[in-house]
Amino acid sequence: MKILVPVKRVIDYNVKVRVKADGTGVDLANVKMSMNPFDEIAVEEAMRLKEGGKATEVVAVSCGVTACQETLRTAMAIGADRAILVETDVELQPLAVAKLLAAVAKKEGPQLIILGKQAIDDDSNQTGQMLAALLGWSQATFASKVVIGDGKATVTREIDGGLETLDISLPAIVTTDLRLNEPRYATLPNIMKAKKKPLDVVKPADLGVDVAPRLSTVSVAEPPKRSAGVKVADVAQLVDKLKNEAKVIA
Amino acid sequence: MSLLVIAEHDNASLKAATLNAVTAAARIGGEIHILVAGSGCGAVAEQAAKVAGVAKVRVADAAHYGDQTAENLAALIVANAAGYTHILAAATSNGKNTLPRVAALLDVAQISEIISVVDADTFVRPIYAGNAMATVKSADAVKVITVRTTGFDAAAATGGAATVEAVAAGADLGQSKLIGRELTKSARPELGAAKIIVSGGRGMGSGENYHKVLEPLADKLGAAMGASRAAVDAGFVPNDYQVGQTGKIVAPQLYIAIGISGAIQHLAGMKDSKVIVAINKDPDAPIFQVADYGLVADLFAAVPELTAAL
Ligand SMILES: Cc1cc2nc3c(=O)[nH]c(=O)nc-3n(C[C@H](O)[C@H](O)[C@H](O)COP(=O)(O)OP(=O)(O)OC[C@H]3O[C@@H](n4cnc5c(N)ncnc54)[C@H](O)[C@@H]3O)c2cc1C
Ligand SMILES: Cc1cc2nc3c(=O)[nH]c(=O)nc-3n(C[C@H](O)[C@H](O)[C@H](O)COP(=O)(O)OP(=O)(O)OC[C@H]3O[C@@H](n4cnc5c(N)ncnc54)[C@H](O)[C@@H]3O)c2cc1C
Repeated sequence: MKILVPVKRVIDYNVKVRVKADGTGVDLANVKMSMNPFDEIAVEEAMRLKEGGKATEVVAVSCGVTACQETLRTAMAIGADRAILVETDVELQPLAVAKLLAAVAKKEGPQLIILGKQAIDDDSNQTGQMLAALLGWSQATFASKVVIGDGKATVTREIDGGLETLDISLPAIVTTDLRLNEPRYATLPNIMKAKKKPLDVVKPADLGVDVAPRLSTVSVAEPPKRSAGVKVADVAQLVDKLKNEAKVIA
Repeated sequence: MSLLVIAEHDNASLKAATLNAVTAAARIGGEIHILVAGSGCGAVAEQAAKVAGVAKVRVADAAHYGDQTAENLAALIVANAAGYTHILAAATSNGKNTLPRVAALLDVAQISEIISVVDADTFVRPIYAGNAMATVKSADAVKVITVRTTGFDAAAATGGAATVEAVAAGADLGQSKLIGRELTKSARPELGAAKIIVSGGRGMGSGENYHKVLEPLADKLGAAMGASRAAVDAGFVPNDYQVGQTGKIVAPQLYIAIGISGAIQHLAGMKDSKVIVAINKDPDAPIFQVADYGLVADLFAAVPELTAAL
């Protein structure tokens, strides 16, 4: 079984983002970029399935600018066998990404596609579900456990009230939640090896996909600032403030 | 304009999050319908019909909608989408699971977690863990939207008198089957609906401490209980306690963060709370930058003292 893992290049989660003064977006100049943390979990899960004899090949895919090649190299350093970049300078929205991934999936014929549940930049939480719709496949989002069986996967999902377990037929889409696994660090020898693994570059036009955005960004603004309040000296003063100043407890 | 709101429910009762989505629909304006898809969900449809501002409730009652699996639900919504300009659901785990699938089947964008409505095509949504607010405009004929419940007040649960009509169920696609659910049972209020939340982080040290130290305080305050990711990852509490960018988004009257450092991913889930209290032994913990009242203290001494003082 082949597994496809879409990985997105995003601003590193430790970076404090700043909204541009002209309100057109956030400042991405010279900030550290990394693989979306949920996608690291996705690559790790694919590797564990391969190491457990459930998968034969793991292919990483990214859609975006040339620099996404770094993200793909990271995926291959974790262990992916090869990579595909769908290269474009157009700012991709989830529907466009899902269409590109659907076209790649039709060529590659994977039985399983593991995506992150959300990208930490745009926080959309859409791409996997859209891809499942376009391919007509089953889906299990927000996964915290994946077991591959005969023609099916048994997936435990993190839902609002707790956990639920689904049996889904293969081929299927799974999106990762935080507790699916703890991704390994890429070792230096594996980083070196990853440089020699195959990385194909295709264009959206080669896949016959129109990536024109459906949403336009009117403006991007700073959220209302919350300013620090006061430090209280002790518990008695805290109780007094809550009762008499904030009036949030009786 | 005509808007379809997807009901969030458990086949027995309508979940409060639906009421926030109805308010978002009312802000957009137009005739509001609610779709109740479930199994033996007649009582939910009756409750939905009483929600103020709703004109019609449409009910698809069939066994294969009982578990809210995305494949069947999305197909049903798409089959009934004709005539609507907007399709909305609360950004719950169900809404987030299903609506992107609906949007892709309709070949339109999905707009995630809106917090306000500018006009019928234009919405505000947080990005980058709430560190930026994007105003986005849709060029699609149908807008498929999830609604962040903290951005909109709940519509009145009573006072409406909508008509109720049955809609035909679609085929069971048979692509996924529910094996089981492990739901956290608690007599406490739900995180999303609570007026007061007591939340614990890695500083609690263990699951045993979390319960021993925080439960008495939560009991006194009638509070819901939450946690940081670190506390969930360490196994102190189940996953549904997690507050943050990738957990639950809450905005109670009072949020008490105990042994939580205040990482941006955590702040993203609670910084719209009316009043924030932080108890942390590190005076430089970033949580103090958003706290209205900060207490620098060892939580194992301060929390029992606070509980006793209330
Ligand atoms: C301020 C701002 C303004 C923007 N304005 C525009 C605009 O005007 N027009 C425009 O077109 N775009 C714009 N974008 C970019 C665009 O909105 C997002 O990058 C896009 O919507 C993807 O959303 P997401 O990554 O949050 O999707 P999610 O659905 O959250 O991503 C989930 C998963 O899908 C996979 N995935 C997502 N993207 C890719 C990818 N590129 N390659 C491989 N796998 C992927 C990953 O596995 C990821 O974990 C803007 C972004 C920002 C931050
Ligand atoms: C992709 C991604 C998504 C994430 N999503 C979320 C999310 O949704 N929600 C979330 O919360 N985090 C999230 N995180 C994790 C986040 O970055 C932090 O790691 C996490 O919030 C830290 O939890 P904490 O504050 O409990 O732990 P720590 O940062 O370890 O802080 C513990 C605090 O307890 C204090 N303390 C210790 N002992 C005591 C004592 N005896 N008395 C008083 N104070 C004490 C310490 O001073 C410290 O400030 C995410 C991270 C990533 C990468």
